[in-house]
Amino acid sequence: MPEVRLVNVSKKFDKIVAVDNVSLQVHDGEYFSLLGPSGCGKTTLLRMIAGLVQPDEGEIYIENRLVNPFPPENRDIGFVFQQYALFPHMNVWDNVTYGPRVKAWEDKERERIGREMLEMVRLYERLDSLPSELSGGMMQRVGLARALAAGAKLLLLDEPLGALDAKIRLELRYELRRFAKDLKLTAIHVTHDQGEAMVISDRIAVMRKGKILQVGTPQELYMKPKHVFVANFVGESNFLEGHVLKVNKKESFIGLRGGLSVRTLDTAHGKSEKVVVAIRPELLIVKKGRERKVDSLFGQVERLRFEGANIRYEIRLENEEPITVIRPALTTKWLDVGEKVTIGFPADKCLVFIYPEKGLRAELALE
Amino acid sequence: MGQIFGDPSLISRATAAIYASFAIAIFVSIIDVVAGLPTAWLITRSKSKWLSVLDTLADMPFIVPTVTLGYSLLLFWSSPEGISSLFGGSLVSPGWLLIVLLHFAFSYPVIVRVMVGALLDYEREYEEAARTLGAAPLTADRTVTFPILKPSLIASFMLAFARSISETGATIMVAGAFENGPIFISKLKTAEQPGYEGALVFVSFILIAISCMIFAAVRLLGPRLKMPIRKVWPATERKLSSSGVTTLRNGATLLVFLVLVLIPSLFVVLPAIYAISNGTINQALMGVGIWQGYWQSLFLSYALGAIVTLVNTMVGLPIAFLIARRRMGAAFSAILDVLVNVPMIVPSIALGISLSIFWKNFAFMPEIGLLIFAHLSITYPYFVRSMAAAIERVNIDFENAARTLGGRPFTVFRTIILPLTKYSMIAGAIMVFTRSVSETGATLAVTKLKTAPVLLVEWVKGAVPATSLEIGLGCGILVVLSFIILLILRLVVRGRY
Repeated sequence: MPEVRLVNVSKKFDKIVAVDNVSLQVHDGEYFSLLGPSGCGKTTLLRMIAGLVQPDEGEIYIENRLVNPFPPENRDIGFVFQQYALFPHMNVWDNVTYGPRVKAWEDKERERIGREMLEMVRLYERLDSLPSELSGGMMQRVGLARALAAGAKLLLLDEPLGALDAKIRLELRYELRRFAKDLKLTAIHVTHDQGEAMVISDRIAVMRKGKILQVGTPQELYMKPKHVFVANFVGESNFLEGHVLKVNKKESFIGLRGGLSVRTLDTAHGKSEKVVVAIRPELLIVKKGRERKVDSLFGQVERLRFEGANIRYEIRLENEEPITVIRPALTTKWLDVGEKVTIGFPADKCLVFIYPEKGLRAELALE
Repeated sequence: MGQIFGDPSLISRATAAIYASFAIAIFVSIIDVVAGLPTAWLITRSKSKWLSVLDTLADMPFIVPTVTLGYSLLLFWSSPEGISSLFGGSLVSPGWLLIVLLHFAFSYPVIVRVMVGALLDYEREYEEAARTLGAAPLTADRTVTFPILKPSLIASFMLAFARSISETGATIMVAGAFENGPIFISKLKTAEQPGYEGALVFVSFILIAISCMIFAAVRLLGPRLKMPIRKVWPATERKLSSSGVTTLRNGATLLVFLVLVLIPSLFVVLPAIYAISNGTINQALMGVGIWQGYWQSLFLSYALGAIVTLVNTMVGLPIAFLIARRRMGAAFSAILDVLVNVPMIVPSIALGISLSIFWKNFAFMPEIGLLIFAHLSITYPYFVRSMAAAIERVNIDFENAARTLGGRPFTVFRTIILPLTKYSMIAGAIMVFTRSVSETGATLAVTKLKTAPVLLVEWVKGAVPATSLEIGLGCGILVVLSFIILLILRLVVRGRY
């Protein structure tokens, strides 16, 4: 099982920096995701690992072997494309056995692995079909079988579910992980869908503007984002701008706009420092009426949206700033629009970040 | 038609000529595809800035009228002033080999153009997928890229074939005593031996019939054609994909282009420049001697080209629209499509013979009318085809959107389709114009009027005494005028859309 290591890898296209000095290690047998908005450089990074793009600088190691000088065909990889890239002039069988064919494996071995892979993706009975006769989900399953049949132990997936319908996407994502784990592969999966990355990955690297902001398990990224962008891109967060009023060994008080203040357990930021307080909408508690207590804010429900399992309240705080609260839709009593409410603000669950140099909006921007 | 069967020498001449036509056309088309594909590859894949120059240069033989090309090649390969001077005497004397070289040179840009377009449209992802599955570049190309590009390869083969089978004027210039179909017909037509018409009809019919058969066969069998070798030799193919071999291939490609296409095609520039410096140009401009006829024929050629282009545009637009949008049903469109292609694939001189025999029954048809008709039928495929393809590329939703906004069909056509296909329309018009100005075969078949290329053929063949400087200048003027007209057309339609 291969391990993949990138050391200070950079790539420019004309004057645009696609990948900016990235170092990264993907462990043996890991299902690893590169997550980020479009244009963040994740696909370029993946294509560099595959050898489809040459890095301007830096080294790429697969199984401790420096692969920079090797063309894609000598890197022993499997690559799955967003638009499948199934050869249109070949049927399913010829597509899947293409790798063994160009590697001149023996006929028997080729037959065996072709059959095995097609059975695994449950398309053996369609081996005579042309790609144009298959549905999107089938095509991608063939694409996967083809990549695996070439015998690679490193699977690279470039937005493999991006072109599929929502339901198929949900089904296939678990299959991808299961196949990779069953065959003991190392997988690197590129996606812009944080939900997808969360459920299939052992670890995730969040990228923005050619750089990796944070690498961690889905739980780490969700619970302990190290960056405002990560807090927003993985899951969802409310952001309140303010400055540190008071800080002691256990806690700090952050002054918000309009004279409001909240308590946090953060002690890393000094007095008067400009900060951003982030809190997930599902961690906020909301109650009818106004009841002054510690760790609470007042507001008024502006809008509510029924999302199925959850209900989403958009609440205007006293200082006119908006805040979102998400509650279970079926097990809580709904609030009405216009209702005055008290929001319980859990001091132990909010995160405090230093205020970004270029402003909060610029820091959260996807492009 | 009786006397051709009663004259064994005539019939053996005719068969030999027909055989020569097809043998040369097939051979030339194959080597053209083999040589043109690497050039297109180089143009689309290499990152060097010089390649846009190569791209433009590759079009040169396309714009230059074929008779000029013929004379240029004749000078280059055969005359003591050309490359032969290096070898003492004539390197390639007029004959079948020179015809092959000529047809190779004028079909080459067609192949390059078609293949560049196909390569630009080709999804590189297929090739990348093959590479990630372990295929060396050569393996990926021959197992994935070429099969996917097969329709374009076949189309470019057919275009080269059609051009080779049709070309008459330049071929006459370089043929010497050798005869292919069109030369045989033109000789027979000029000699006007008693009862020659039967032989004309016979040869024309055979040429048209075999051309159509080949076209139909390629259409039917082409899609079933498989790449011959399925087996893969990974180590060997990897070696053949190495950068050394690639550099060698690119070098050979450029060499073939320079030595066999570009330099011979432009060689006529030398006598033309010399004619300018030694005063021949003054005689020409004053219209003294043979030049009077020259200017008349030039005027005839361009006037004819203009009329043909105008009529074709007006008649061709609705046909193109019908084909592209299948308004009359798919079957009708398919039939129309084939009908449109026929004049393109049959030898133009044979088509001309067929037209002139048809119109002979109608005494009211003036010679000039016949000439216009002949040029119209030869050139309209070029316009209709490029226009139909362009209309097909316009997303039908644009049309639907305009209709839902209240546009009537004609308004939609005028305000949406036409602006979006303007470039293809101009490209089609340019093709019609250059084709008409270049056309010799059909002109020879239907009239004794002399267009510029017909006149130049006569000069070269010595029917009118002309020096090589005069011929060179005559060709040069034709080239310069063609360029100017093209340039004006391009400037007129400039803009982003």
